[in-house]
Amino acid sequence: MRLERRSHTGPAVVLRAAAVATAGVLAIAALLVAAAGAPVGRTFVLLLQGAFGSVFAASETLTRAIPLMFTSLAATVAFRARLYNIGAEGQLYAGAMAAVAMSTAVGAWPPLLAWPAMLGAGALAGAALLLGPALMKHWAGVDEVVSTLLLNFIVLLAVGALLDGPMKDPAAMGWPQSVALPAELELPKLIAQTRVHAGLLLALACAGVLWALLKFSTLGFDIRALGANARAAAFAGVPVGRTVVLVALLSGGLAGLGGAVEVAGRTGYVTLDMSPGYGTTGIVVAMLAALHPLAAVAASVGVAGVLVGADSMSRAIGVPTYLADVLVACALLAVLVAAMLSRWRLRFTTAGAA
Amino acid sequence: MTVWDLLAGAPFWVAVLRMATPLIFGTLGVLLCERAGVLNLGIEGLMVAGAFAGWLAVHAGWPLWAGVAVAAAVGAAFGLLHALLTVVLALSQHVAGLGLTMLATALAYFGYRVAFPKVDTPPTITPFAAMDWLPIPVLNQQTPMTLLALLLVPLVGWALYRTPAGLALRMAGESPQAVQSQGISVLRVRSTAIVLGSALMGVAGAFLTLSAFNAFFFNMVNGRGWVCVALVVFAGWRPGKALAGALLFGFFDALQLRLQQSHSAGTDETLALPYQVYLMLPYLLSIAALVVASRRASAPQALMKPFIPGER
Repeated sequence: MRLERRSHTGPAVVLRAAAVATAGVLAIAALLVAAAGAPVGRTFVLLLQGAFGSVFAASETLTRAIPLMFTSLAATVAFRARLYNIGAEGQLYAGAMAAVAMSTAVGAWPPLLAWPAMLGAGALAGAALLLGPALMKHWAGVDEVVSTLLLNFIVLLAVGALLDGPMKDPAAMGWPQSVALPAELELPKLIAQTRVHAGLLLALACAGVLWALLKFSTLGFDIRALGANARAAAFAGVPVGRTVVLVALLSGGLAGLGGAVEVAGRTGYVTLDMSPGYGTTGIVVAMLAALHPLAAVAASVGVAGVLVGADSMSRAIGVPTYLADVLVACALLAVLVAAMLSRWRLRFTTAGAA
Repeated sequence: MTVWDLLAGAPFWVAVLRMATPLIFGTLGVLLCERAGVLNLGIEGLMVAGAFAGWLAVHAGWPLWAGVAVAAAVGAAFGLLHALLTVVLALSQHVAGLGLTMLATALAYFGYRVAFPKVDTPPTITPFAAMDWLPIPVLNQQTPMTLLALLLVPLVGWALYRTPAGLALRMAGESPQAVQSQGISVLRVRSTAIVLGSALMGVAGAFLTLSAFNAFFFNMVNGRGWVCVALVVFAGWRPGKALAGALLFGFFDALQLRLQQSHSAGTDETLALPYQVYLMLPYLLSIAALVVASRRASAPQALMKPFIPGER
């Protein structure tokens, strides 16, 4: 077997690859549902209904999509520069903690000042957390994947220690949860009777700004150059160190902001199960969106739909909710393979020739 | 009780070796893959899948060693998938590995919930017993899987440095072009290395369910896979040093556990830190090890560089 470069990638090739990838993911999911002893068609219908079948379902999906938008944008900007930030989970928690800590300090301020202070603290905490791994990568050649992965565990333990100690809510009957945000600092709801909050607008704004930044600004050009070929970029005079640091600040900041928004918009306080893996899922979303900021918004809604729909399907029919995680992981691998095979052709050679 | 009393006792060193065992299997697995030029971040998920599959086989009435074999086979199967993605299709090894971890973890959790839909306390098995018959102290408190791990270190070292296959494997990680010019298929060498390494990762997971504990829990691997990836960098991609690294981390893991216990028992006022600080130690040390080791970069030259015949 060997790969051969396609002379050009037409729309037919891309469409065929996408169709095969989708069919493949659905086939694997169908097999698993059948293995769990449930009717396949009904399971899929229930999953879709649970995600988008009613105003309530759609609003839950949108609410779940908001943190995914932030973490997927964080992955998008970092991966564009080939800074593999796998630490969005930790950055999200750091942002949430910083936001809560800041909110108690600025609770008496007028909201127009207090909101930026609170959200800014969250973004800053996330950015600071990624700065270390980015500098270690740039100066010491430390693989940032492993360092950010390990940092996730450290941050979660630190959050646990804070929730047991200085930031513990004394009124929480011994549950490890942080003190609550002042009520006046909670983000307003966008639609009455639902949980969709103003964080959605902030996420959309971030996506728009990031898109413009990548497309039109000098920094965006540097980021893309660094991602395409780091050595060539350095030769061409791209300030590599500065770009890496700025990308780290942007990426970590977005993930931290996501945590701050999640705590101000949905939960109101920090717990250790605040994020069901938004960090890693955000990476999948970014890859599904081919690292395009605007597509990441749409992909966030899609993936959130699978997660929310699987929860509701699992309650109704008893297929484990981990089906969603299998679907998401398969989608990631399928999209990688499809993207590769639309640019390359796999040719089976006779034995010995390879 | 002071730290020094603790270090003098045999039970502490028994714990060190027990904590180090999954890391020995795991680092050897990572080392085989990376020596052939392929990063395998699937390890975290492969350990989960191996832990689950091995335990499930034993729970279904199979012998313990059959459980280990099942874990190895599951690891190898996922390894084959990783080889297909990263070697045949030349995909990003970072992203493919993360995807593999997500897939293997999700499948294991899904399988567990399908097999045991309504259990609150995890079902248990009878794990490996200690090798009381061995006349060697500390080692006779371990299970046969630890002995297997210790024997694998010289075996992997010998295979890597003293056999033609090992030479081809190391060459595939340094200069795949040279391998190809010898008429050896890079694809075959790298795929074999990934499959073998992934089998070891599956066994690393199985140690947790068949030896260290007697049940399967969610989150039981808890970052041990990532620690192994860091350990291989620390070990400079050498089996002997990998063993030393695994033992060092077993040491700190056992130490943090003891400190945590003596702290929660209230026996030592000077150690009044939140228990999470002790739990952080292994991860902090992994990062420190990465920084120290990366200074003297001896990574395989072609690590993370896909090889496509005919392309430059």
